[in-house]
Amino acid sequence: MLQVWKSFYARSDPAKAYSLLSPALILVTLAMLIPLGLMLSFSFFTQVSFTEIDYSFTVQRYIDFFQKNLLVSLLIKSVKISFIVTFVTLLTAYPVCYYIAFYVKKNKMLWLVLLTLPFWTSYLLRVFSWKIILGTKGVINSSLINAGLLSEPLTFLMYSETAVIITLTHAWAAFALLPLYVSLDKIDFSLIEAARDLGLSRLETFWKITLPLSLPGIIGAILIIFIPTVGDYVTPALLGGTDGRMLSNMIQAYFGKVNNLPLGAASATIMLITVAIVTMIVSYTTKKLTQRIS
Amino acid sequence: MNDSFIQINGISKHFGNVKAVDDVSFQIKEGEFFSLLGPSGCGKTTLLRLLAGFEYPTSGNLLLDGSDITALPPDKRPTNMVFQNYAIFPHINVEKNVQFGLRKLGLTNDEIAKRVKDVLSLVKLEGYEERYSSQLSGGQRQRVALARALVRQPKVLLLDEPLGALDKKLRDEMQLELRTLQKEIGITFVFVTHDQQEAISMSDRVAVMSEGKIQQMSSPNELYKNPQNIFVSDFIGETNFLKAKTDSKDGEYINVNIEDLGSFKIKNNLNISENASDVICSVRPETMMIDKEKSDWDICLEGKIKQTSYLGEMTKFYVETKEIEKIITVSSQYFDNQSFQNGKCFISINLNDISLLNKK
Repeated sequence: MLQVWKSFYARSDPAKAYSLLSPALILVTLAMLIPLGLMLSFSFFTQVSFTEIDYSFTVQRYIDFFQKNLLVSLLIKSVKISFIVTFVTLLTAYPVCYYIAFYVKKNKMLWLVLLTLPFWTSYLLRVFSWKIILGTKGVINSSLINAGLLSEPLTFLMYSETAVIITLTHAWAAFALLPLYVSLDKIDFSLIEAARDLGLSRLETFWKITLPLSLPGIIGAILIIFIPTVGDYVTPALLGGTDGRMLSNMIQAYFGKVNNLPLGAASATIMLITVAIVTMIVSYTTKKLTQRIS
Repeated sequence: MNDSFIQINGISKHFGNVKAVDDVSFQIKEGEFFSLLGPSGCGKTTLLRLLAGFEYPTSGNLLLDGSDITALPPDKRPTNMVFQNYAIFPHINVEKNVQFGLRKLGLTNDEIAKRVKDVLSLVKLEGYEERYSSQLSGGQRQRVALARALVRQPKVLLLDEPLGALDKKLRDEMQLELRTLQKEIGITFVFVTHDQQEAISMSDRVAVMSEGKIQQMSSPNELYKNPQNIFVSDFIGETNFLKAKTDSKDGEYINVNIEDLGSFKIKNNLNISENASDVICSVRPETMMIDKEKSDWDICLEGKIKQTSYLGEMTKFYVETKEIEKIITVSSQYFDNQSFQNGKCFISINLNDISLLNKK
């Protein structure tokens, strides 16, 4: 019997593939698919009282969501903040990666490691340290006041959308660096030289050659930043105040002190679908756009 | 024809402490097929990149057709390059690759279409317009790179070892084709290669480089027949070196004392006048004769065959004689194992075939 199995295993590529995949498959099933299914089914239930849930099927929670202006506006705000964070991160990370990929000759890895140095501390600690920098008595305000440039602290820095955007941008920068660096480093420098040789200026070469060829990295970076930041609730909870609150904070509340599991589940599902649609649109248009310019 | 179409005046290029190109001056004629030949690291590619504008010289200046191009960026130079790895843009098709360099020339759409069509037929790539680089063979990529550079009608075409990645048969074919193409369109070609056979077979003139300097610049025939130093003689083809000392001069000839062989009267191709200076005598393998019997040539040495290698059109022999440790010779005549008893053979040399080289 064992012999039969062994010879089957040796010949069968799918068998090998599934046995290599199985740890991940088990983990994904237990930690992702089952909770996701639970969440989906809860979104079709009704919270009758604080402790009681009516398990009959209804789509009323989804209707509730779109009837509550607060939830819809929070969803829009979450997407907007994530868009800004993604855009600012790309704009700051791209030149850094470009420099490392094309101008650093030795120890490229060291540069990358140094760039990720701030990320060796925990996410929470980093969020807290931004509190120290941005607060009313924080580094920025007190130095500006001591220098005599301000008489009162800047209030928009802390407990605001700005604070959330700054903190999230910093928090996710490292994740954008890697895909961008990899895609730029893969570009053969002689392609850039060839474009220059064929009469294009530096800027034109960037638009026609470098940017289109680094597109996989750009799309990767967009997805890797956009998806987690839409759902982030730690940063807005700690630094957002009322102005910087995002949908995820509301979802957390529905599952916590408000105790409306079905509405929370419906909100989470809507957010999931929104993220999926937005990422598809973004990748598609980025691709189309670069095809047009090249 | 302009004899000083490209003027390279005292060009040096240093990378840190490395002198990649070391005070080089020469001129390239208009319409010439000019090769830069040398081993890797000799500075030939750096010199080509200086001409293209990818590097700027540490000192010296470059003139093309009378105007100074030393400080011009690559996009402002009337030169185009065929890269070693072809550098075909992978995200656009063949047609767009070829069109790429035409956007900035201010041509009408009709003119662009005509030029693209003409150049693709010139390099025999009609029908490949829609293909992408990944769908082409090495030889086809090479043609795309050539078409993309030629379509701009540059004054000079720079080629950086363009045949290096092709297999031998295709390489031989492309050598012929490139040569024909160059004569047909009349554009000046500057061709970089480490392959001496390639340089010799294609070029009007060859500059042999080593350690950032030009060792010799002449026609392929002159290079082979009259190498000016040991480096060139050794790099171009194969040869045998014999140590020698000069003796008295005798008109066009000079008496030379070859180590272990004796004194001989040889053509004084170096114009040496002083006595007792160290020189090297070079004898090409194909000028010697190998046979079973003694001959009446100027020098005839008895030797023993150490090794043979059969090359098809000829056989190469490594021979040891009493006087000289190792002689390489070739014969187009086929000898089998029975031809030489116990490897015993005679090597014959004519004095006319010995050329003198400076010992340096």
